[in-house]
Amino acid sequence: MDWTYWLFGTLRWSDFPPKPDLIATFAASLVILAPIAVAVILTVTKRWKWIWNEWLTSLDHKKIGVMYCVLAAAMLVRALIEAGLMRTQQAMANVGSPVIGADHFGELFSTHGTIMIFFVVMPFISGLINFVMPLQIGARDLTFPFLNAASLWLTAAGAMIVNASLVVGKFSTGGWSGYPPFTELAFSPGEGVNYWIWALTLTGIGTTLTGINFAVTLYKERAPGMHLMRMPLFCWTALSTSILMIFALPPLTVATAMLALDRYAGFHFFTNGAGGNMMLYANLFWLFGHPEVYILILPAFGVWSEVISTFSGKKLYGYTSLVVATISIAVLSFTVWLHHFFTMGQSADVNAIFGIATMLIGIPTGVKVYDWLLTMYRGRIRFTPPLLFAVTFLFCFVVGGLTGVLLANAPVDFAVHNSLFLVAHFHNMLIPGTLFALIAGYMYWFPKVFGFRLDERWGTISWFLWSGGFLLAFMPLYALGLMGAMRRTSMFTDPQYTPYLMIALGGAGMILAGLAALGVQLFVSIRRREQLAVPVGDPWDGHSLEWWSPAPPPEWNFARIPQVDGTEAFTAMKRDGQPYVPDPENYEDICLPANTGIPVMIGVAGFVCAFALTWYIWWLAIVSLVAMWALVVLRSWQGEPMQTFPAELVRKHTEEWLERARAATPVDRFAENAPANRGLAEPIR
Amino acid sequence: MSDKRDLPRSEDESRSRELRDSVIGLGGAVVLTVIAFVLAIFQPWGRSALLLGLGGLALLQIGWHFRYFLHIDLDSSHRDDLQLVLFTGLIVLLMVAGTIWILFNQFMRMG
Amino acid sequence: MSSDKKLHPGINIQHTDPKAHLEAEPIMFGFWIFLMSDLVLFTLLLATYGAMSVHGIAGGPTPGQITDLTSAGIETALLLASSFTFALASIALKYDDNQRALKRWLIVTELLGAAFIGMEIKDFVTLAGKGQVPQVSGFLSAHYALLGTHMLHVASAIVWMVMIWPQMKVPRLKKLVRLRIMRLALFWHMLDVVWVAIVTFVFLFGAST
Repeated sequence: MDWTYWLFGTLRWSDFPPKPDLIATFAASLVILAPIAVAVILTVTKRWKWIWNEWLTSLDHKKIGVMYCVLAAAMLVRALIEAGLMRTQQAMANVGSPVIGADHFGELFSTHGTIMIFFVVMPFISGLINFVMPLQIGARDLTFPFLNAASLWLTAAGAMIVNASLVVGKFSTGGWSGYPPFTELAFSPGEGVNYWIWALTLTGIGTTLTGINFAVTLYKERAPGMHLMRMPLFCWTALSTSILMIFALPPLTVATAMLALDRYAGFHFFTNGAGGNMMLYANLFWLFGHPEVYILILPAFGVWSEVISTFSGKKLYGYTSLVVATISIAVLSFTVWLHHFFTMGQSADVNAIFGIATMLIGIPTGVKVYDWLLTMYRGRIRFTPPLLFAVTFLFCFVVGGLTGVLLANAPVDFAVHNSLFLVAHFHNMLIPGTLFALIAGYMYWFPKVFGFRLDERWGTISWFLWSGGFLLAFMPLYALGLMGAMRRTSMFTDPQYTPYLMIALGGAGMILAGLAALGVQLFVSIRRREQLAVPVGDPWDGHSLEWWSPAPPPEWNFARIPQVDGTEAFTAMKRDGQPYVPDPENYEDICLPANTGIPVMIGVAGFVCAFALTWYIWWLAIVSLVAMWALVVLRSWQGEPMQTFPAELVRKHTEEWLERARAATPVDRFAENAPANRGLAEPIR
Repeated sequence: MSDKRDLPRSEDESRSRELRDSVIGLGGAVVLTVIAFVLAIFQPWGRSALLLGLGGLALLQIGWHFRYFLHIDLDSSHRDDLQLVLFTGLIVLLMVAGTIWILFNQFMRMG
Repeated sequence: MSSDKKLHPGINIQHTDPKAHLEAEPIMFGFWIFLMSDLVLFTLLLATYGAMSVHGIAGGPTPGQITDLTSAGIETALLLASSFTFALASIALKYDDNQRALKRWLIVTELLGAAFIGMEIKDFVTLAGKGQVPQVSGFLSAHYALLGTHMLHVASAIVWMVMIWPQMKVPRLKKLVRLRIMRLALFWHMLDVVWVAIVTFVFLFGAST
């Protein structure tokens, strides 16, 4: 042990770029160049101060929500490129010209899975809930705004740890589930698995805290009259997801902490010898992993409920049954984890019981599908891009669900376990189910967030590319799996696979084109923002309270907290009352938490700590850990500083909005995408 | 809060009730702990009966702590907390029972 | 809503500080949810211990060979006493305007907690002296991890108390500090609950092997 170890741990010059192969070097330079480009743009446009004051230090739930979504979008780009690379590799290798080596392929599927789950879908969900949920329940913020910001920056730090692995050293090759003994020191020495462990730890802490925050807000901050059974369905799914986050993250924390103890301190939880038991890891990991699947899908169900009901111009069919189904799915999700390791060697009885429990989940899920179909039945359907995505979802999700019921039979699972059939199954659930919901939710709520609609034509093009791309990319994988192709294999050498792999490659290309179309849509919409503006804030004739505010909403959300008398509060207001009539009596000073830079600094310290632990740089790990807690203590001395929005400002802002509402012409539902739509809906009577 | 006159009349009463709760809490916890230690030291029954007995005592004592130290009771004004405890109990039961069942089942088949 | 009611777990301050009482509701509820999450973490460590204490011996010591009931008894007594003294501190927090009684009971609690940690460290050192370190077997890994996690929690509670100490003198922070001590109380009592489970399954049942 020399001084370099004390100072730099196991980090050496050779861990830095250039990398041995071209693709890795290119990826590393992207990770370096992207922040530099952002920094240059900020400097040239003189926006450093703006981004610090308006965004990074903000405790406003709406801005935090947007930042979550930006993080998710950036990570989505990376994960999709990786997916494209993996498809290219398998297709090309099968015809004799591999693109990358097996180790690199291993890194790709590990980062792809880790990123898609922890740094795309989870932040996107947190972002949507953050933005929408307080508006829907008529609250001014989450219960713990500071904690909310800290969660965001811890999650971002985790994402940056995964990105750092592109530049410095390597990532794990153990897949997103990181099964030992492969991920133990004996088989995976080096920094890869460490990166994975600490990235998950950071985001795990952030997610648990976020879950707590959402749950308390939903329980304690609802507007008067907003009983639980009057909440929009999105809020119900947010509540269920938060409860899953609160109870399902501890098993992950325990599993990764034990793996870390094994790797760092020579413990024997999951090692091959000395009483270690790798089955225990599988058990703990899936105690988390299965509820996690529902963390990902339940808010998506919430988005679908909102989108389908709004664009069908109808009340949500079977509200109560949807709530009950949501809760049932949440509870059942804790009873099925064993179906991820049917082949591990327990007796047939155990497998049978967990198999049956798994099939039971099909029942509440089926209830939901029928409720959505019946919501559309005889509705005034407008095939806007979000609804197009919803239709793809309804068809594809049922297919994915059916393959899930197949896999719930242990004997079938024995035959196709770990094959591409499984890969096809869960992508079939998560792409149409979750990812499409996130895109639909993005297009649906975008006008509320930024004040203008997204271009419909490019949205439709994107829908076509995503849907077609998904079908082409994953339907062949079902066939390949049944033909015997195993997952996580860097190359096959079976000419029979070639046509399927080529079609899948084409599908991946289409999906990437779909992603590009989303980019174009955003670009085009920003350029046309005057034409697409919806300042009154209700472009789709929305049903819930988030639409009863200007677009974008002010920091304080509502000038006065609304009184709620039933479900679909805003519909009721538009039907029975006059939502845009000023109420001159009711303005008061509004206090909201003041901006603070501490959460960002906590995130930075968290990143440094995780990086130092990854490379065994002990002094730095200790320093940054102490710094993190010192920042918390510092905050505790500040006594929660607030900023006040004077009543006069609130009055002025609100009256301007109401003035615009009175001046605007209401549009009917089929002129929704015409420039005439300024965000004032002509309600269906 | 220097103005004592504005306080509810029930202050002394509630103070002595809370003090009494704490004493009951400690007393019960001590009694249950002593019984558990006595059982463990003298081992009057077989191992599985001992496990059951100790488990029952632990459950009782945990309930006792929840009631007298954490002040969780059946008062309807804060049902949320109680529901959360019960839900946690359900999750814990599922996770622990499931884990033990699965791992012991496997161990048996590997032996 | 009448502020007269109990709104959250732990001691409620409706009689003496109705305004802070209403503000306490969501904050205490949030902390309560966190505790539930933490409880799940402990149960999983305990379940791991349950499996490892049978399957993970690997030629190393069995639970019966490393259990010291005297030590466990003293530790339990210390923790039970500290829970009681914290309950007294909570009552002082609620009813007494000056902080003398509060500070007295907090110090006693802290000392009892420190003594508990000292006893646990002594146990660990004794074990390690006999070569029974976590690197020996899966069982010892689980044993150290479970007890270590609990000890870390107690230690962080003590650090938390120390951090609050200088803030008690700051009038600006009065309400916040009050709510913090109420949360700390929940944390402390919950660690006692966890200890009940640990002492039962690790020490008392372990001694029978």
